[in-house]
Amino acid sequence: MKTIVYQKSKGLTDAQLSYCPGCTHGIVHKLVSEALVELDVLDKAVGIASVGCSVLSYNFFNCDMVQAAHGRACAVATGIKRARPEAIVFSYQGDGDLASIGIAETIHAANRGENLTVIFINNAIYGMTGGQMAPTTLLGQKTTTSPLGRDSKLHGLPIRIAEIFSEIPRAVFVERVSVHNPRAVRNAKKAILKAFRNQIEARGFSLVEVLSTCPVNWGMTPVEALRWVEQEMMAYYPVKTFRDGDADEKA
Amino acid sequence: MKKILMKGNEAIARAAILGGLDAFFGYPITPQNEIPEYLSKHLPKMGKVFVQAESETAAINMVYGAAAAGARTMTTSSSPGIALMQEGISYLCGSELPCVLVNVMRGGPGLGGIQPSQADYYQITRGGGNGDYRVLSFAPENLQETVDLMKEAFDIADFYRNPVMIAVDGLIGQMMETVDLHREKPKRELPDKDWAACGSGKKRLVNSLYLDPAELERHNFRLFEKYRMMEENEQRYELVKMEEAEFAIVAYGTMARIARSALELLEEAGVKTGLIKPISLWPFPKKAFSELPASLKGLLVAELSLGQMLDDVKIANEGRLPIAFFGRTGGMLPEPEEIAEAVLKMKAEASQ
Ligand SMILES: Cc1ncc(C[n+]2csc(CCOP(=O)(O)OP(=O)(O)O)c2C)c(N)n1
Ligand code: SF4
Repeated sequence: MKTIVYQKSKGLTDAQLSYCPGCTHGIVHKLVSEALVELDVLDKAVGIASVGCSVLSYNFFNCDMVQAAHGRACAVATGIKRARPEAIVFSYQGDGDLASIGIAETIHAANRGENLTVIFINNAIYGMTGGQMAPTTLLGQKTTTSPLGRDSKLHGLPIRIAEIFSEIPRAVFVERVSVHNPRAVRNAKKAILKAFRNQIEARGFSLVEVLSTCPVNWGMTPVEALRWVEQEMMAYYPVKTFRDGDADEKA
Repeated sequence: MKKILMKGNEAIARAAILGGLDAFFGYPITPQNEIPEYLSKHLPKMGKVFVQAESETAAINMVYGAAAAGARTMTTSSSPGIALMQEGISYLCGSELPCVLVNVMRGGPGLGGIQPSQADYYQITRGGGNGDYRVLSFAPENLQETVDLMKEAFDIADFYRNPVMIAVDGLIGQMMETVDLHREKPKRELPDKDWAACGSGKKRLVNSLYLDPAELERHNFRLFEKYRMMEENEQRYELVKMEEAEFAIVAYGTMARIARSALELLEEAGVKTGLIKPISLWPFPKKAFSELPASLKGLLVAELSLGQMLDDVKIANEGRLPIAFFGRTGGMLPEPEEIAEAVLKMKAEASQ
């Protein structure tokens, strides 16, 4: 008799992932899809594929998918969830998409307490367009539009999304996780599960920020990139739970 | 059915509910605020969705989401707000999602003013979004027509899986008229929304991205086949007093209302003048121009802009008749006398 030790999640299709070697988008896809399957909501799920390297996630997640304009995923998610409250709606957004062009839509969806799950990929760069500076780019980090490195006087400081959302009472669950080693991946899975469970229990807006790699645009090998997450990103972006509780309804 | 007295914007809101509106998303802007105000009072009581969005950008994308999930959805705004929605409108067309948009037009450009205008004709018929796409648009002239079109708009949108815009101006939005809310609307066989991404468990996809140019071209050809059907079937217009007319005024919406009074003045002056009133802006009612009487000596295009529909009239006229133009803009409304004078001037020039 054969024992199955590991198999691809039913939450993913058979399409070949389009991500670069060493990119951790793929790991996060796996975690999201496993969470949908484990919570038995894959058949009720609607994912929002945002503009960025993950735009083709509509081919990868094995559920209904809607592709949204750049930055507008949380507004699109609001429309879907309000129209179909029984659906389990999640957005999957990069840092250009969520933290730059779409920050207004994301903050207001959180502030209204939309019952949504937001998976936010912070890779400190614009991946899809070829490595430009993102709002999350670290100080001193060289990108194609900050060739001398990010300078706080010119570009401001990298934006800490989880911290900002932890100030919004109706964002009931805000956690930053990483996927740079197996232990981190396990913790990330727990956070993603929780973010979906909250929605199933109609508790409100959950956001999981995932520190992710972009070896190609960082100019690193996959292993160097994982190390850079651990040493540089985690030093500026602490991995922790920022909020986990009922929405604070008080004024 | 009994007629009741209603304010334009409230009649629009009421008619949307009667048309089957499930979910409304919008952002405040004058002169259309009575629409969301009315809906915020009534939709929640009916178990339907009302959300005041943080911007028009968000509103149109909420509409995109609700439409993707299969709901009958709508947003309303005025010129600068519609300008901000153009990206979303392009996405709605690209992804073939039905929705209803209402533009209660005001003067521009920029922040412009809040008085009635038709200076968004290019924005409505050419669009400000990217790509080869079309939005069905209708411009009613009075409240009864507005109510009838609003109710029908949801069916037309679902039929073609395309946004439908109702374009009025602040005058129609603010005026009071009697309307029959329950006039029968034309029946259409509506397809099932078996494409809606509503948590169907069937891996449905709502999308406008096609990375393969050959596939994108095929997608565009398919959309154009649909647009061609709209051009064939949805041209709407009214011809008034065209029999043996010497001149015709071409005007829509509020300008058509004013032109009707000008027709009376011209009749008194003994100049036989008719009215060509486009109701659909896109598709532009070219058909109207192929059935004009041989008695015609010229067309006067009258708009609350400095000449935008004028282009479409020139295209439809195919160089047959001389065309003159009369326009007021910025929120200024002409007296019927001004339009009548413009016709008389045309007549004088024609007989020179
Ligand atoms: C309105 C608009 N502006 C710009 C773009 C170009 N664009 C595509 S992806 C992208 C940034 C993506 O970066 P991010 O969200 O960080 O995702 P990543 O690719 O790094 O995963 C941009 C600016 C676009 N598609 N639409
Ligand atoms: S460009 Fe960067 S973020 Fe995009 S797939 Fe490649 S490694 Fe991943």
